[in-house]
Amino acid sequence: MTDRFMLTRRDLLKTTATGVAALGLSNALPMSRAFAAAATVGFIYVGPKDDYGYNQAHAEGAAALKGIEGISVVEEENVPETVDVQKTMESMINLDGAALIFPTSFGYFDPHMLAMCAKFPDVQFRHCGGMWDKAKHPMNAGSYFGYIGMGQYLNGVVAGHTTKSKKLGFVAAKPIPQVLLNINSFLIGARSVDPTITCQVIFTGEWSLAVKEAEATNALVDQGIDVVTCHVDSPKVVVETAAGRGAFVCGYHANQSPLAPEKYLTGAEWNWAKVYKMFVDDFVAGKPLPNFTRGGLADGFVKMSPLGPAVGEPARKQFDATLAEMMKGGFAVIKGPLKSNKGAVVATEGQAFPETAIELESMDYLVDGVVGSTA
Amino acid sequence: MAETVSNADVPMFGVRGYPAALERVARRAEAFVIPVAALIVGMAIFSLFILAVGKSPLQLYEVMWRGGFGSWFSIQNSLSRAAPLLLAALCVALPARLGLVVIGGEGAIVLGGVAAAAAAMAFNGAPSFIVILVMGVAGMAAGGIWIGAVGALRHYRAVNETISSLLMAYIAIALMNQLVEGPLRDPASLNKPSTQPLAEAYRIGNIPGMEVHWGIVVGIVACVLSWVLIEKTRWGFAARIAGGNVKAAQVQGLAVGPLIVGFTALAGGFAGVAGMLEVAAVQGSANASLAAGYGYTGILVAFLARHNPLAIIPVAFLLGGIEASGGLIQRRMDLPDATVLVLQGMLFIVILFSETFYGRFKAFNPDLWKRSDHLKRIA
Repeated sequence: MTDRFMLTRRDLLKTTATGVAALGLSNALPMSRAFAAAATVGFIYVGPKDDYGYNQAHAEGAAALKGIEGISVVEEENVPETVDVQKTMESMINLDGAALIFPTSFGYFDPHMLAMCAKFPDVQFRHCGGMWDKAKHPMNAGSYFGYIGMGQYLNGVVAGHTTKSKKLGFVAAKPIPQVLLNINSFLIGARSVDPTITCQVIFTGEWSLAVKEAEATNALVDQGIDVVTCHVDSPKVVVETAAGRGAFVCGYHANQSPLAPEKYLTGAEWNWAKVYKMFVDDFVAGKPLPNFTRGGLADGFVKMSPLGPAVGEPARKQFDATLAEMMKGGFAVIKGPLKSNKGAVVATEGQAFPETAIELESMDYLVDGVVGSTA
Repeated sequence: MAETVSNADVPMFGVRGYPAALERVARRAEAFVIPVAALIVGMAIFSLFILAVGKSPLQLYEVMWRGGFGSWFSIQNSLSRAAPLLLAALCVALPARLGLVVIGGEGAIVLGGVAAAAAAMAFNGAPSFIVILVMGVAGMAAGGIWIGAVGALRHYRAVNETISSLLMAYIAIALMNQLVEGPLRDPASLNKPSTQPLAEAYRIGNIPGMEVHWGIVVGIVACVLSWVLIEKTRWGFAARIAGGNVKAAQVQGLAVGPLIVGFTALAGGFAGVAGMLEVAAVQGSANASLAAGYGYTGILVAFLARHNPLAIIPVAFLLGGIEASGGLIQRRMDLPDATVLVLQGMLFIVILFSETFYGRFKAFNPDLWKRSDHLKRIA
């Protein structure tokens, strides 16, 4: 009996060789879906995870996955949109065995994520931004994004009730369609309260440039503006500066109320936890992941910060009523008759663009009532 | 001990010293031992920092090794990150040999990238080697004009080059944003304004058998050529004299103005090529991602290399490795990204501090031995 268990040298060599070969293979091949039950999910952020803004919103979404059985989350922050992010993705795949990766910054998509999609066809990549196109891009790539314009409309409603000077301020990064839609939505929301309200916009030119954001906020408050919001990667500086000067603030990306508990009115936040859970649930179940998914307030992709102590009763009422209206779906912020601040007609009487309208994705104007210029 | 006398010309009274062959080694070893010792001291201080935040320094260095150097993948990762640093560091090191502290290489990189992208648009349709050549020349010219202007302002208008180069970097970034969001913008790039994507034929690929683009070769060649220029040519000799003492150089009849403008322009040209490589080998178009901070990391590399173009090569690889391992440190040890910045900062301070040790150790400078022995004798 005993010699049954005796290993000859040849057997030993054979089993060792097989083992080594298997190890080599499992190293060479990215984790396949067969291992999905114990999968590693990678998140990559362009800025710090605790920026009270864009990156924190994603990191909060990632944190929501950490309790899920069999899922381990790996994260990397401050990764620039260069060859660095390609190597980070590769490193997550090679060294951590990541099988699903979320590169969260807009600029990661082309060429960086696409290069990795081609190199690792068995790994799934989903990018925040809405650029995936079935005709052009591989099936292991995909996009998800939220319609947050209505959140800025609700910010505008509360701001419109709160302002005494009837002048609002907006600190914006760059005059690109997504940002312009937020600025316009904010003003239109405020004008639903009082059509004489104006909104001064200042573009800083960069996604993250604390000094200019502070200067812009100060310049806005100096003009008598008493409610400020923004669209920059980290609203921290704008919120703290505005509140420090006595102005009210509406938040963006994440909840900034801890930075200014008295002056924070509400904020348009991403709810990425919902989106990431949806992807990971499908992934664990072995179902194919959607390649293109978008949603707004009604779909739970976007949420509002709880109303702050400075919000009055009329504002609260209109906020709740508008939110309820939006939750039904089909709400249009951009609807006619509407002119740009240069006098061009952007929507005729009866024309309405709901948040899903493709026309909004190439927006290049500021609406009447916004003080500022796109170029 | 009589046969250990190192220099027959100096009167010897039983002086301690090295055999002649060893002395050469000892003198040369200084330039190697001091930086390595500084690295070790820097890492030791950093270990205290890591202990203070409650993590294991041993695990940290193990992770750093694995992430930056421990496997073929990690080495290629480090090399990829080192590629732009080589050229960015030359933008600091070359003017430094003339005594100028230029810290605005970032500006030359972004403008080099934009110029290269614009050149590719202008020559679209031409054979690929011509377009790539034109892109290189355009990138080099843009960067060269930018930093050359810093040198000219310094020499002819006495404007401090450190301040002006930094301020001009901000102007360069604003100019790049203006160009890629305005006249050079590809109308299809809605939410990330960029120039027209480069046709596949005009891209620079990877070195065969590696995952590293050709930029690393360009960078190494530029470093070697710069070393030859500084150490082996009369221009380099003149530059070193002017760097030591401008007045002395002028008294000698050296054309200091053209030297300064020429060296700063060449330095900026190298940074411009780094920008061109980012466009041609990485990004495929010019956009705001060009301002990724390579110009600033290049300052660190150049100072760590003591402005020696050959030393830039290993130092860039080392810093590339530190950056490559930064990701793994975040993922495995749950430390913030700033950890790597703290390490870089500590190394930078310690290595700057170590500059004061050159020429002070008797082990590397036998003359000191002789002098102190002589002093003892006459006392």
